[in-house]
Amino acid sequence: MSFFSEALWVLLLGSLLGLELIGKVPPTLHTPLMSGANAISGITMLAALTLIIKSGENLPLLVIGSISLGFALFNVIGGFLVTDRMLAMFSRKKTRK
Amino acid sequence: MTFIAPIKFAIDLLAVLLLALGIKGLSKVRSAREANRLAAIAMILAAFGVLLHSQGTIGISINSWIWIICGTLIGGFLGAVTARRVPMTAMPEIVALFNGCGGMSSLLVALGVALFPSADGSQGALGEVVRNFSIVVSLFVGAITFSGSIVAMAKLQGWLSTPPWTQSKARHFFNILCAVLALIGGICLSIDGQNGLFLIVISSSLLGIGVTLPIGGADMPVVISLLNSYSGVAAAAAGFVVGSQLLIVAGAMVGAAGLILTQVMCDGMNRSLLSVLFGGALGASSVSSGSGGGEYTNITSCSPEECALTLEAAERVVIVPGYGLAVAQAQHTLREVTRVLENADIDVSYAIHPVAGRMPGHMNVLLAEADVPYEQLKEMDVINPEFPATDVVLVLGANDVVNPQAKTDQSSPLYGMPVLDVQEARTVFVVKRGMSAGYSGIKNDLFDAPNTSMVFGDAKKVLGDLLLELKELGVGSKG
Repeated sequence: MSFFSEALWVLLLGSLLGLELIGKVPPTLHTPLMSGANAISGITMLAALTLIIKSGENLPLLVIGSISLGFALFNVIGGFLVTDRMLAMFSRKKTRK
Repeated sequence: MTFIAPIKFAIDLLAVLLLALGIKGLSKVRSAREANRLAAIAMILAAFGVLLHSQGTIGISINSWIWIICGTLIGGFLGAVTARRVPMTAMPEIVALFNGCGGMSSLLVALGVALFPSADGSQGALGEVVRNFSIVVSLFVGAITFSGSIVAMAKLQGWLSTPPWTQSKARHFFNILCAVLALIGGICLSIDGQNGLFLIVISSSLLGIGVTLPIGGADMPVVISLLNSYSGVAAAAAGFVVGSQLLIVAGAMVGAAGLILTQVMCDGMNRSLLSVLFGGALGASSVSSGSGGGEYTNITSCSPEECALTLEAAERVVIVPGYGLAVAQAQHTLREVTRVLENADIDVSYAIHPVAGRMPGHMNVLLAEADVPYEQLKEMDVINPEFPATDVVLVLGANDVVNPQAKTDQSSPLYGMPVLDVQEARTVFVVKRGMSAGYSGIKNDLFDAPNTSMVFGDAKKVLGDLLLELKELGVGSKG
């Protein structure tokens, strides 16, 4: 049970941290922030990796893990790139000013 | 190999720190871009940590490597291509799509562990019931996130409309039924780890559809933000399933931060989260019964030429951009028009409604792409008192956000939503493709107002014509 109670602490503190991190967000950044946070939620790729590594020679499990990893990376890579594209527009304008 | 564990631990800690700094930085304009990169680096670090740790402890078979590389390449490639190709106008849809895929990933992990319990690495660490419960949560939230996001995307793209039955009481019955079925499945699965697996997946997918489908109009961004928060929760649940603390922290952070962002968005629209999820659709049902409908009686239409003549005589012009501008990709043409006006010493500003377009910040992103100076973008609270002193307002493909009904008509579903008071200005031009209603499907009283003229046509074409007319008049070319 020690992992479980530790994990609950981690869950609690992580949630509190998340609540505190974002205070006042200018409307300009709503979309990029959502998109960036969305990319981070693709962290579940770690779970997919773990699943593949631990599945050994179990083919169906390897396939499920691999598809899961694909979905997660689609989320992560797409998410970060799209966010960067949005934010690049703001910064480009700033340098010209 | 004893040094592997501390290294993994250090990497995880660093990754969490970077992720936290990343989320924090993303909420400030100046640091946003670096913060995004920081978060990306954290993700790479985290993945590296998992690979290193596994290689060092239990080893990674060639087979596993092959499947890892396959998944990485395909998913990563598709993600990169999608991110590059997607037009800026489709940003909200694409966020919804990415988000749905994140949920799907968590769902699949839980599914894999549930189908083949032997693969669960944390079996010893976690009790049977706890593990099964984590699987249930991961399946449930993952499925809702996936199906909800896909429906949100399809609705934003216009592939799906709002079916009438979802506006009746029947939808509550449907949703409650799905929720109950998912609960039953969850209880079964929690107890024996076998039964009820697909019952959960199917009923929670249907629940995701049932909850998202009735929601329309300006509320969609809030839903996407909420689903984004869910995908964090799903990731945290997946963390419990595979026994990864890093996953739990990151998932919890995104879940909580997403919730705050959702709240911030709701505040911007002066609505409560509950009314978005449940009441909004009930309000919309009154449209079908006709209270928000009605015919237009006093439409004045005019040509770009007349519009140009009025603009020439103006001293203060406010542009109200909306989704129509985004669809027509007219932001660059708009910028040329406003340059001409500025050259003629006409004061130009842009009124940005918090939910103009399909997502908060949508218009800012779009206008930034066209090099519109940041200072000219004015938020609703700032610009609203200035409308009475404005000569010309140019509404470009916006509709619901300038509907005076939101202030005047208590029976209107829009009632209570903050809007731009453009009707206070001396003259209003509304550039619009036709008389069709806005996204909410509600009649706009603004179009009937005596000081409003409609300029029918695609925003890009109208602005192009307007530009020609202005140049012909010699506006802005003096000196």
